[in-house]
Amino acid sequence: MNATEAALAEKELDEAARVAHEYRLAKNKRERRARLFKHIFLIFFSFIMLYPLLWLLASSLKPENEIFGSLGLWPSTFNWSNYSEGWEALPVSFTIFYRNSTIVTVLCVLGNLFSCSFAAYAFARLEFTGKRLFFGLMMMTLMIPYHVVLIPQYVMFLKLGWVDTYLPLIVPRFLASDGFFIFLMVQFFRQIPRELDEAAQIDGCSSFKIYWAVILPLSLPALATSAIFSMIWVWEDFLAPLIYLNDIQNYTVPLALRLFIAQEGESAFGQMFAMSVLSLVPVVIFFVAFQKLIVRGIATSGMK
Amino acid sequence: MKNTKARNASGYMFLTPWLLGFFLLAIGPILVSLYLSFTRYDMVGDPRWTGFDNYIYMFTRDRRFWKTLEVTFHYVLFAVPLRLIMALSVAMLLDKGLRTIGLYRAIFYLPSLLGASIAIAILWRQLFSIDGVVNQVLAVVGIQGVGWITNPSTSIYTLIILAIWQFGAPMLIFLAGLRGIPRDLYEAADIDGTSRFRKFYAITLPMLAPVVFFNLVLQIIEAFKIFSPAFIISNGTGGPADSLLVYTVYLFNEAFKFFRMGYASALAWVLLLIIGLFTALAFATSKYWVHYENERD
Repeated sequence: MNATEAALAEKELDEAARVAHEYRLAKNKRERRARLFKHIFLIFFSFIMLYPLLWLLASSLKPENEIFGSLGLWPSTFNWSNYSEGWEALPVSFTIFYRNSTIVTVLCVLGNLFSCSFAAYAFARLEFTGKRLFFGLMMMTLMIPYHVVLIPQYVMFLKLGWVDTYLPLIVPRFLASDGFFIFLMVQFFRQIPRELDEAAQIDGCSSFKIYWAVILPLSLPALATSAIFSMIWVWEDFLAPLIYLNDIQNYTVPLALRLFIAQEGESAFGQMFAMSVLSLVPVVIFFVAFQKLIVRGIATSGMK
Repeated sequence: MKNTKARNASGYMFLTPWLLGFFLLAIGPILVSLYLSFTRYDMVGDPRWTGFDNYIYMFTRDRRFWKTLEVTFHYVLFAVPLRLIMALSVAMLLDKGLRTIGLYRAIFYLPSLLGASIAIAILWRQLFSIDGVVNQVLAVVGIQGVGWITNPSTSIYTLIILAIWQFGAPMLIFLAGLRGIPRDLYEAADIDGTSRFRKFYAITLPMLAPVVFFNLVLQIIEAFKIFSPAFIISNGTGGPADSLLVYTVYLFNEAFKFFRMGYASALAWVLLLIIGLFTALAFATSKYWVHYENERD
């Protein structure tokens, strides 16, 4: 290869590099622009998604005559009295309703954690006759609509004299009635190395000790995810309290909110919205605080 | 063997709470409900055996039963596909070309988390009322809105829109599924100059089929069970003109308003069979469109 040829080849190479570089620049530019459009669209879409919630929040602060008739999200005057008056608007104060909801929620979450981790440990780690059969049955119960078991359960709890107490809401949770959490925990327990159990067994640990001192401490993410979801679901639960709680003194927050609808016209919309906002606050706080666990929990188990 | 015995003992010890729950709260009630479905039972006297009367009445004379089927199917047939299409579209939009999606993901998921609450149902009732937000937006573009909830021909769509708004959970599952598709498939397609649509049909959809299937089954079951929003939006009646009388609201009213426990049990069993049928249908057709990666062709 002589000098001219070499120079020519080099020139061609330079040319190729330049074209490639320009192409990359153009591509980058295109991609940047596409990204920008995407962001603009997503921001607009986010606003639409959030608008109903923002409208609820705004309406809870607006004076009564401003709620309907304006799309605006900024109240002309901030009517905080909607909150203070709404709190006392029903025959029983919301202090009672929040106390009731808190009692039910805390006990149900504890029940779910204990009973579901028990069952999950048996399914994930222990060998016993009939394990496959029971695991299959457990998965089948996930499909059963609550409405199918509702009537016999109601008759049973009525005969036990439990209607108008919190027992029909709480006791089932101590009997692992939420199979979803068993499933979630089984998935997690299975990932824990078996060597740990075996080592503990050689050291003479009982299966209970292994459950308590090896498996549970290593499963905090799964336990936390279950706790968060059961907290949110129990807090929002409407059907079971609607059926079992009669005395307004025993009402949970969702039942109390329903009273606003039942006496619509008499009560103020602003107050109803204010109490609605407050009922969502615990859920939103949990969501913001534990977003990562919630997102991962759904992605791995497919919970609603 | 002594060893097996000991193992069984500790296994069943841990399983005891669930076993109790399974027999007392699941399988027992299902069987009792099957028995009650063949009786007349008003909770005052004992259940009285009436054979197939409840079922015969349901299918031949109960107009409201057919109405509630119509309303429920209408809801399921619209809500499930639209929610899944929305979830997949948004998941695909978020999946590629963006570095930070955390905040969007959170915003789109939030309605799913709050959606079951009574507060949201109350809000929905107001958004779609005659002087509500939706009609004001329509008025801006010059359209005269109707009372979306008080009008029997539109009320079911307020529920369907509520369902679409809550596309967040299936979106998260789709996102996880999209992450699992090997990137080199798309790169290879890019080198061949494949169009976007072809990439979607030839790569994304087939690779995602198991996730689509999973979401579909879950959403069908979920949709048949819809209760609280329909109950609240119709103020417990299922009206106007039974247009919001979804299956569970009808069942609830038969059982706890009129105390026709036998008939309501029959309704419950029919619901169980419908859901079972749809799930079985999804599984039966799945072999034609769902292929798992580790499966041999």
